[in-house]
Amino acid sequence: MERFTALTAIAAPIDQANIDTDQIAPARFLRRPRAEGYQDILFHDLRFTAPGVENPDFILNRAPFRQARILVADRNFGGGSSREQAVWALVDSGIRCVVAVSFGDIFYNNAVNHGLLLVRLDAELLRRLRQALHERPGSVISVDLRSQTLVAPDGTTYAFAIEAARKRRLLEGLDAIGLTLGHMAEIAAFEQGYQARKPWLTARPA
Amino acid sequence: MSTPRTMFDKIWEEHAILEDEDGNTLLFVARHLAHDGSYHAFSFLDERGLPVRRPDLTYATPDHGISTLSHRIEDIDDPDQRRVVTGLQRNAERHGFTLFGLDDPRQGIVHVVGPEQGLTQPGLLMVCGDSHTSTHGALGALAFGIGASEVCHVLATQTIWQRRPRTMRVTVEGTRPRCVTAKDVILAIIARIGANGAAGHVVEYAGPAIRAMSVEERLTVCNMSIEAGARAGMIAPDETTFAYLEGRPYAPAGAEWERAVAYWRSLPSDPGARFDAEVTLDASALAPMVTWGNSPEDTLPVTGRIPDPDQVEPGAGRETLRATLDYMGLSPGTRLVDVPIDQVFIGSCTNARIEDLRAAAEVARRGRAVVPAMVSPGSSLVKRQAEAEGLDRVFREAGFEWRESGCSMCVGMNGDLVPAGKRCASTSNRNFRGRQGRGSRTHLMSPAMAAAAALRGRITDVREILGEA
Repeated sequence: MERFTALTAIAAPIDQANIDTDQIAPARFLRRPRAEGYQDILFHDLRFTAPGVENPDFILNRAPFRQARILVADRNFGGGSSREQAVWALVDSGIRCVVAVSFGDIFYNNAVNHGLLLVRLDAELLRRLRQALHERPGSVISVDLRSQTLVAPDGTTYAFAIEAARKRRLLEGLDAIGLTLGHMAEIAAFEQGYQARKPWLTARPA
Repeated sequence: MSTPRTMFDKIWEEHAILEDEDGNTLLFVARHLAHDGSYHAFSFLDERGLPVRRPDLTYATPDHGISTLSHRIEDIDDPDQRRVVTGLQRNAERHGFTLFGLDDPRQGIVHVVGPEQGLTQPGLLMVCGDSHTSTHGALGALAFGIGASEVCHVLATQTIWQRRPRTMRVTVEGTRPRCVTAKDVILAIIARIGANGAAGHVVEYAGPAIRAMSVEERLTVCNMSIEAGARAGMIAPDETTFAYLEGRPYAPAGAEWERAVAYWRSLPSDPGARFDAEVTLDASALAPMVTWGNSPEDTLPVTGRIPDPDQVEPGAGRETLRATLDYMGLSPGTRLVDVPIDQVFIGSCTNARIEDLRAAAEVARRGRAVVPAMVSPGSSLVKRQAEAEGLDRVFREAGFEWRESGCSMCVGMNGDLVPAGKRCASTSNRNFRGRQGRGSRTHLMSPAMAAAAALRGRITDVREILGEA
C-alpha cells in the first residue's frame, strides 16, 4: 500500500454536499480489472457531457485545478454505495487527500487501504477555504500527517484529528491482511470456542 | 450488577477476537455474503495466492449485473458483467463455497436471499461487499457493508478490523396510519436525522411501531440505515423474528433450534442500557412519503410542495438546493402530486419481497399503468410465490412488465436504466444523481405509492386510490 506522509499541492473546491460514490465512480464502469486504472471515470458524469467531451463548467476541467491533488469538499463526501472504485478513481487521478466536514463510513474505511488521506474539518472553516480556492485558483494547501496539520493558502495552520491506527497504517503503508495473518493462532482458537457456543452456525438444509 | 449492555454491545463483544494498541478490534465474521460484484476481491485474493479461509461460512448469489429479462448467462449483454457472473461461479467451484447461481431457484438479491434462506440470524456478525448489508440487522444480526479490500481480508481471514462505532436508538412511537408503510417510516427517519446523521453509529430501531412490523417490513427499515449514514441498523429479535425463521433451510432445527432461541432471547438491549444518541419519532403523525431531490434526506409527505431556495439562507444549502432542483427539473412551490412520472420501477433489496408485491398489486388491480412500469421480484423464490398467488397476472393485466429477480434499475448496472431527463417513481433506496442512469431523475416511495404513480402518470397519494377507510 502506498504511504502518506505529507503533501503540498493545488487544491480544488467541491462545493456540493452529499457527493456520493455513484457520482465519484458511476456504476457502469465498475467491472474493469483493477490494473487497467480508473482515472478516466473519476466524476465521469460531472466531468463529461458526452463520451470524451469535457464539461467546461466542472471544476477539475479548469486549468489550475486539473493539477489538483487535494479536494476540499462539504458534508457527507463519499456516502452511499460501498464501491471501492470511488477510492481507486481518486488515487489513480493523483488525488491523495480529501478534506470534508464528514465522510461516508464505508468510503472512509476503504480510503486507508489505498493511501488516501481523509481529513475532517469544521463546516464554516471549509466554506471559507473553498471560497478562497475559488478566488485564487491554483492556491496550494499543505497537509502533514505526522503533525496532523493542514496549512491553508493564507498561511493559517489548522490541526486535525485522526485515529491512531489509521495514521500508523498510512504513515507506514501497512497491509491489513499481512497484519491479520500474524494472528492466525488466536483466530483459530476463537473459531473453536465460537462454534462450540453456536453449534447451529454451520447448519445445512436437511 | 454488571453494566446494562445494548444489543450491539453484546454482539460486538461476542465476536471480538482481540484489540490492537490503537483500540481497533479484530472481529470474527460469522457469515460472509458475496455477489457478482465481489469479483475484484477474489482477484486480489488470487494475486496473493491465498485460499478462502471459511468457504463453509461464505454464501453467494449473482444479482448486480444480471439480466432481468432472462436468467441465462449468455443473455447478459455487457461482456464485463458476463465475465464477473461467470467468475463468481468459477470461484464458487474453486473455493467450495455455497452459490445460489443464476439457474438455482434460490437465486435473488443477496439481501433478500440471506433472510429468506435463514442464513441471516439473530446475534451473528455478517458482512458483504455492499452497503445495503445493513438490511440483515432486521433479524437482530450486526451486519454492515465493506469495500473490496475488506472483502478480500474477510475471504483470507474470516475476520475484519473495526473501530467500535457509537450507538443510536431510534424509537418509533405510536401506530402507523393506513397506507403508511415501513418505507415511509425510514424515509421520515432519514429526513429527520439527515443523510449523514447516523454516521459512525449503529442504529437500533425500537418502539411500538417497530415491534408491530413484520420481519419483511423491518428489513425495509434496516435496509435504508445506510442512507442515514449508519454503519448498521438493527432490531431486537422477538417472537415475530423466531416465527419467521423457524423451518427456513439454514435455520437451526430440533434441539439446536431450542438452544438457539434461548440464546437469541438474551440479545435485546438490557433495560437501562445507554445509547450515545436517542431520536424519537411518532408514526401516527406520518403520511406516505416521497423524495424530491438527490439525497434520501430530501423527503416530504406526498401532500407537500417542492422547497424554495429563496427561503434558505445563502451558505446554508441554498446553492445545493438550486442545483438539485435544476437537476431534477422541478420548480419551487410545485405540489408533489403535480409532478409527472415517466416510468415506474418496483424492485430492489428495499422493497421487492412478497409483502411489497402484494401491496403494489392491490393498487395495480384498480387500474392500468399509463407509463412504462416494471416489477422485478427480490428473489426467484419471491417470484415463484407471487406467481402462485396470481400477482404476476394482476401486474400484467394492469400493463406492468413482470421480470426476473436482480438488482436491476436500483443500481443500473444491468442495462435496466432510466433515460436522461426522465422521471422514475422507484421503490429502491437511492435518488442520487445518475444512480438509475445518466441524467435520471428518481423519486423514492413505497411499492403501493409507486403502483399508484404508474396508474396516474404522476406522483399520487395512494390514499386517493385505496380510500382512507
